[in-house]
Amino acid sequence: METFKYTRADSAAQAVQLAGQSQTAQQGAQVRFVAGGTTLLDLMKLNVERPATVVDINRLPLDKIEKLPDGGLKIGALIRNSDLAHDPTIQSHYAVLSQALLSGASPQLRNMGTTSGNLLQRTRCPYFRSTAFACNKREPGSGCSAIDGENRTLAILGTSQHCIATNPSDMNVALTALEATIHIQGTKGERDVSIQDFFLLPGSTPQKENVLEPGDLITYVTLPASRPGAKSVYLKLRDRASYEFALSSAAVVVEVADGHIRHARVALGGVGTKPWRSVEAEKALEGKTVDPRVFREVSEAALRDAKPQSQNGFKVELAKRCLTHALTLATKSA
Amino acid sequence: MATRVLAPNTIGGGLPRIDGPLKVSGGATYASDHHLPGMLYAVPVCATIAKGKITSLDTSAAEKMPGIQSIFHRANIGRLYRTSPAQGIYGYLDERRPPFEDDTIRYYGQYVAVVVADTFEQAQAAAYAVKVTYSGEKPNVATHLKTDDEPKVESSRGKPEDAFKTAAVKVDETYWTPPETHNPIELHSIVAVWDGQAFTLYESTQGVVNQRIVMAQMLGVAPENVRVISRFLGSGFGGKLFVWPHSVMAAAAARSLNSPVKLVISRSMMFQNVGHRPRTQQRVRLGTTADGKLVSLQQDYLNHTSILDEYEETCGEATAYLYSTPNLKITSGVVHLNVGTPTAMRGPGAVPGLFAIESAMDELAVKLKMDPIELRLKNEPEKDESNGLPFSSRHLTECFKVGAEKFGWSQRTPEVGSMKKNGLILGWGTASCAWIGGRFAASATVDLKSDGTARVSCGTQDIGTGTYTILAQVLSEKTGIALDKIEVVLGDSSLPEGPISGGSLVTSSVIPAVSQAAQGAIQMIFMTATDGDQAAFAGRKPTDLAFTNQRVHLKDKAPETGFAWHEILQKANVNAASGSGRADEYFGGPEAKEKERYSVHSYGAQFAEVTWQPEIARLRVSRVVTVIDSGRIMNPKPARNQIEGAVVMGVGMALLEETKYEPRSGAPINNNLADYMVATNADTPSIDVTFLDYPDKVVNEFGARGVGEIGLAGIAAAITSAVYHATGVRVRSLPARIEDLIGHSEAGKLRA
Ligand SMILES: Cc1cc2nc3c(=O)[nH]c(=O)nc-3n(C[C@H](O)[C@H](O)[C@H](O)COP(=O)(O)OP(=O)(O)OC[C@H]3O[C@@H](n4cnc5c(N)ncnc54)[C@H](O)[C@@H]3O)c2cc1C
Ligand code: SF4
Repeated sequence: METFKYTRADSAAQAVQLAGQSQTAQQGAQVRFVAGGTTLLDLMKLNVERPATVVDINRLPLDKIEKLPDGGLKIGALIRNSDLAHDPTIQSHYAVLSQALLSGASPQLRNMGTTSGNLLQRTRCPYFRSTAFACNKREPGSGCSAIDGENRTLAILGTSQHCIATNPSDMNVALTALEATIHIQGTKGERDVSIQDFFLLPGSTPQKENVLEPGDLITYVTLPASRPGAKSVYLKLRDRASYEFALSSAAVVVEVADGHIRHARVALGGVGTKPWRSVEAEKALEGKTVDPRVFREVSEAALRDAKPQSQNGFKVELAKRCLTHALTLATKSA
Repeated sequence: MATRVLAPNTIGGGLPRIDGPLKVSGGATYASDHHLPGMLYAVPVCATIAKGKITSLDTSAAEKMPGIQSIFHRANIGRLYRTSPAQGIYGYLDERRPPFEDDTIRYYGQYVAVVVADTFEQAQAAAYAVKVTYSGEKPNVATHLKTDDEPKVESSRGKPEDAFKTAAVKVDETYWTPPETHNPIELHSIVAVWDGQAFTLYESTQGVVNQRIVMAQMLGVAPENVRVISRFLGSGFGGKLFVWPHSVMAAAAARSLNSPVKLVISRSMMFQNVGHRPRTQQRVRLGTTADGKLVSLQQDYLNHTSILDEYEETCGEATAYLYSTPNLKITSGVVHLNVGTPTAMRGPGAVPGLFAIESAMDELAVKLKMDPIELRLKNEPEKDESNGLPFSSRHLTECFKVGAEKFGWSQRTPEVGSMKKNGLILGWGTASCAWIGGRFAASATVDLKSDGTARVSCGTQDIGTGTYTILAQVLSEKTGIALDKIEVVLGDSSLPEGPISGGSLVTSSVIPAVSQAAQGAIQMIFMTATDGDQAAFAGRKPTDLAFTNQRVHLKDKAPETGFAWHEILQKANVNAASGSGRADEYFGGPEAKEKERYSVHSYGAQFAEVTWQPEIARLRVSRVVTVIDSGRIMNPKPARNQIEGAVVMGVGMALLEETKYEPRSGAPINNNLADYMVATNADTPSIDVTFLDYPDKVVNEFGARGVGEIGLAGIAAAITSAVYHATGVRVRSLPARIEDLIGHSEAGKLRA
């Protein structure tokens, strides 16, 4: 841990202005916002994050959930993960999000963690988290220790020769299946980015994980109106029954009419370098009958491009079982 | 600053722990709770290679940082010593050399310096700023253990090779258990105080007396100049039995700076600097007749150890006496790797050893198409065949019978995947447990005071297992004094020498000492009662007196005719009648005195149910039944608590726990409680515990052998046998992971 300056922002504009001093909003940022602090402080103690200035945004009025005129929902960036998970509208209309949140971390961490912090939580790649190792994400160009090392929990989709780190968030997977939009206030004004475009693949710049620029403050996340006939499910598979990141997870939103699938949104977690929207699976599901064999084929399609590493080959099969079962659950009583 | 724990009735009665209120109210002072005026904080600097040499150590930038008092390393720590060989039960440590002895790095995280500053934060920041360069080599942290050394024969009888060759049914398999890290929630901590001549060390230790003796030797001071205090422990699991280098560093720094120094190691250091259960690799060969009578048992095991130290994980500990077989051989060996020194972890030796033996027995039962319990009952020995001695008290058969009844074992269908419940496939497995019995040497003092209260003290410690309560119970039983009038004082090396809290032996060890001390104190009251003209029984001899229901009276008269014992003291103006007691160590066996030669061990049977959902590759342990035969149970509450805790730990051992050494750097890569997985509450099965409660009077007058480690002895094999029954996959290398169950076990872990 290094000495840093702590300031509290009283307005979004002030927060943006303070963070605008940073040269990057990505790995190595000189200014960091702190929300719940459960990711940031952890990494600061490990010397992986070394901001000179920490801007506390907890006093900003971004802690509400509001219904939008188009039937959608506006979720404040600073709502605590546990509050969001227990919100009645989320539980009734966006069950997948509530389930995903509740499957993550521990009650204590969920009580602290926020929407924006969860969106931006960092990978659990062990080499990223220790300064003793080479890691392209932490120190661009230093190399990737995971590819020839301990990679059991790392990604099989969206990887590059420079980085194979998993995006660990459960919430992000649900938000991806729900086609969420991220609202950002920056030095040049406000903008909206779909969650699909928000996260970047590692490619040759794994240190750049998303589209945020210096000064950018996530203010809220919006969800489109839920489809009346749709059912959603989050299924998370892992070694132990709680307090573990996903080895594989699936968030599915499915609408069934007359035994056929009318609409499907599929996202996978624990296997991708970003929350993994599977357009292949969605296409493969369109118009099909509700049938476990179909779901298995769909899962095969979703994992077709999977590139396993030395220790995580089992994730290909696990992800297939996970998606197949999530679809089975989501179409059960329909 | 003696912590007083006042007790509120007694043996076998299910008394709550007398120290419970202090713990739940935050009143219990653990080592790192000691805050002293002028106290400084120490943070170690750890090597970031596992093999090589330090080429430079630059503290110049770090020294200029705020609050820095000193940065100690090889050049300026001052003289520290190795210990002379251990004597009796004291003088032990696993990492035998003092810190900073040379510039060679032999394991990842080895201490290279320690920063001392005014605050913890300052010390931590400066520790990061110490610049160390190394010339490193590729470390050896191999998971496949190999040695050219001649195996050491641990036990042998008959002609096991020949008998195996001609056996009708055979199992020949190799089993692995991974390195496991203790990870008690309380980190290893010390507050070291130097007064110019002597040390007071507030330590998180499972052995205050051993700690005092070893620390005195390493620091080069007389043993009377070291006092070690450990009133409460946030658990240890064996990891805190012996001295580790951070204690020596903190004490040396306190002496050098003439200020109290606190050092609490970090969670990541817990994985590298303070021991672990080493990897074991065990080849087991079993041969039987066509109807399942063992004719040959061979166990050849290896374990890893560090480069400099010889730690043996005695995997054959329970093997030689567990089953009847005319032919047996157990051999051992160690393999030196670039890892920190291993140490005892709950049930050392027997726990990984029984995983292998009991797994092999299950495989044998499958081959024989025989019920696994029947196989064990068929091979029940009549005496300890390793030494020909009778068992002091062995009820393994009854453990299986009682357990099978409780578990519903008769409903089991043996075919893989044949049992289902609520859409889940069930798997049922069972295994035997065994653990050592006996006593360490122990001394104790009892003071019966004129105010009607009593005090019992012993230089042992309560590591969270209930020792405070047990001592109070023994004294209450011997004197009739109510528990709430008894003060128990433990955890201080200046008290009469008591045992380390290891081997589940403290209860059995302290009983004779406390009992004798109580008799001694009563004798002192008799002497007081007869001493001089003014005495209560003036003119009588102490031998004329008796002590009944707390009353002292003439042997030939009713108790009512006498006096309450404290009235005698009051009358004589004596503050306290003191007695001391001491009992030698006893482990039965051929070395014991002729009339005391028995095979003394505890036994048990464990049953596990797992549920398996192949569609999502989800395996969970749903139910565990344990039946324990460990002599008389002094107090079923903490005893049950020990077994329940062991079962939860066993779920972790079977399915989750493994310290992974990164192959290129030698670093324990999952060095935190998120990545090193232990069972959570959600992984905890329903747990049923039964104690047979047969007193083993060979050990002590109450017949208590003690209980703790035995609960972990069979659980892993019971679970993996259940996993086989549910899935058809035999996991011989722990932990049993998802990839093993879905046919992808090539990854990450060693396979046969
Ligand atoms: C032991 C452990 C286990 C966990 N297990 C899981 C799990 O199983 N599943 C799971 O999904 N998660 C898990 N987590 C992660 C947890 O969900 C996240 O740490 C948490 O959601 C982060 O939220 P926060 O508010 O505390 O973030 P912070 O630490 O405050 O912030 C995280 C990052 O986001 C930035 N940031 C925060 N708010 C904004 C904003 N408004 N605009 C721009 N930048 C912002 C910060 O600068 C920082 O870089 C676990 C965490 C731990 C420590
Ligand atoms: S996978 Fe990514 S985060 Fe992990 S070591 Fe490689 S570059 Fe770093």
